[in-house]
Amino acid sequence: MAYSDKVLDHYNNPRNVGSFDKKDPDVGTGIVGAPECGDVMKLQVKVNPETGVIEDAKFKTFGCGSAIASSSLATEWLRGKTVDQALEIKNTDIVNELSLPPVKIHCSVLAEDAIKAAISDYKHKVGAAQPEAVAAK
Amino acid sequence: MKLPIYMDYHATTPMDPRVLDAMTPYFMQKFGNAASRNHSFGWEAEEAVEKSRKQVAELIGATSKEIVITSGATESNNLAIKGVAEMYAEKGNHIITAATEHKAVLDTCKHLEKNGCRVTYLPVQQNGLIDLDQLRDAITDKTVLISVMYANNEIGVIQPISEIGKIAKEKGVLFHTDGVQAVGKVPVNVIKDNIDLMSMSAHKLYGPKGVGALYVRRKSPRVQITAQMDGGGHERGMRSGTLNVPGIAGLGEACTLCKNEMAEESKRLSFLRDKLRNKLEAELDEVYVNGTMEHRLPHNLNISFAYVEGESLLMGINDIAVSSGSACTSATLEPSYVLKALGAGDDLAHSSIRFGLGRFNTEEEVDYVSNKVIDVVKKLRELSPLYEMAKEGIDLTKVQWGAH
Repeated sequence: MAYSDKVLDHYNNPRNVGSFDKKDPDVGTGIVGAPECGDVMKLQVKVNPETGVIEDAKFKTFGCGSAIASSSLATEWLRGKTVDQALEIKNTDIVNELSLPPVKIHCSVLAEDAIKAAISDYKHKVGAAQPEAVAAK
Repeated sequence: MKLPIYMDYHATTPMDPRVLDAMTPYFMQKFGNAASRNHSFGWEAEEAVEKSRKQVAELIGATSKEIVITSGATESNNLAIKGVAEMYAEKGNHIITAATEHKAVLDTCKHLEKNGCRVTYLPVQQNGLIDLDQLRDAITDKTVLISVMYANNEIGVIQPISEIGKIAKEKGVLFHTDGVQAVGKVPVNVIKDNIDLMSMSAHKLYGPKGVGALYVRRKSPRVQITAQMDGGGHERGMRSGTLNVPGIAGLGEACTLCKNEMAEESKRLSFLRDKLRNKLEAELDEVYVNGTMEHRLPHNLNISFAYVEGESLLMGINDIAVSSGSACTSATLEPSYVLKALGAGDDLAHSSIRFGLGRFNTEEEVDYVSNKVIDVVKKLRELSPLYEMAKEGIDLTKVQWGAH
């Protein structure tokens, strides 16, 4: 299978790899997927509690190159967004940006789920309002 | 050393230049139809075919008349299984095969099931081998054929062929084996192994693509098969179609080379294979060899790198041609059914790489490959949430994963 240049770039130079302390009250963690399905994404956001802005984001992914690229891209997009803006990121945006072929669309869906799961975890922590929809489906 | 490195010899092999030399006269100078009985063009083509038939027969302990030329192993498997099922339909309609067979066998069996045959798919043990007691128990008075591959194309394990043959003989059941991965690589003898029918392919043993053979036993018992293609009645009526003379010349030469060089070649390749394995195991934790090492082709290594997904690993070693059992590399998005049949869990199937070494691999290449794989696995484990969790002491089998 041929990969797009952007997928290759994220695979070769993944952005924001790493982990935050899960117990940090400013950190939201989302883990989605399953090992037997061949994809697991962990995505974390670190939110400024005063402004609600995501100051940093990190990921670790077990999965194919497109899954790695989708989550790497997601961390880039999350930084600087507010928590609510982050929830507006759609999997189709990721598909377009990375030129993912149809068989890899599930990678982008997983990345969107991971974003939602991380934000939801953060919102739970701050006890803020109703948790936004999905944790890991 | 030239890049990329080819280490996928189970998929296909490059032709040996000596094989090409044996083929070239039959394209233009000696172009005759081997079935032309009344002129010298036909005679010299026929002579080439008969020489090759003998070369194939000698490699497997058969006689020339027992070799039916085909277009390759898929056709041989179809011809053997469908041919026996049809020919012996009055005796019974039950076939026994194994879960880890090649699709050319499994799908042929599925086709026959639609036409009223009953098929038993034997499971394999964790080492990849079938259980002989289960085989014995599966045989009924309706069983006409046992079809179990000699060596597996993914994990390289060698089934207990002569024992299976013995059981088949005792019970009066015919025994077919898909010999594609084994013939020319390890000693195969149809008499000693009690084989009644065996499929072979030229391009897996340094010959050309598009030509293969089916061994059909002629004595004790005399095996008969129904032709699957109608036509001029070539190949003793078992396989019609004008013979691919240059291809057949290549097949024969490839067999002779394998016969002459097998002992030395398998020694060299098992040394290289073991070196590769030892280096990977020395530098990386949690790597698991799939299938038994005890009964295995000398040039195969199928290994899972836990917490690393196979396709992403292939992406990182893109100057090395190998294959993976990961779902992402298959058209169906299902991980390898062979690895799943071992019962090791889908996660290890997703993390598997098959190395198939061959005649033209060098020690320098093996060193390069092992270093590169080690680097990329380490890099991907840095990226892997599973590796991180495992290092934290979390039991991944107890985690409640989301379905996806």
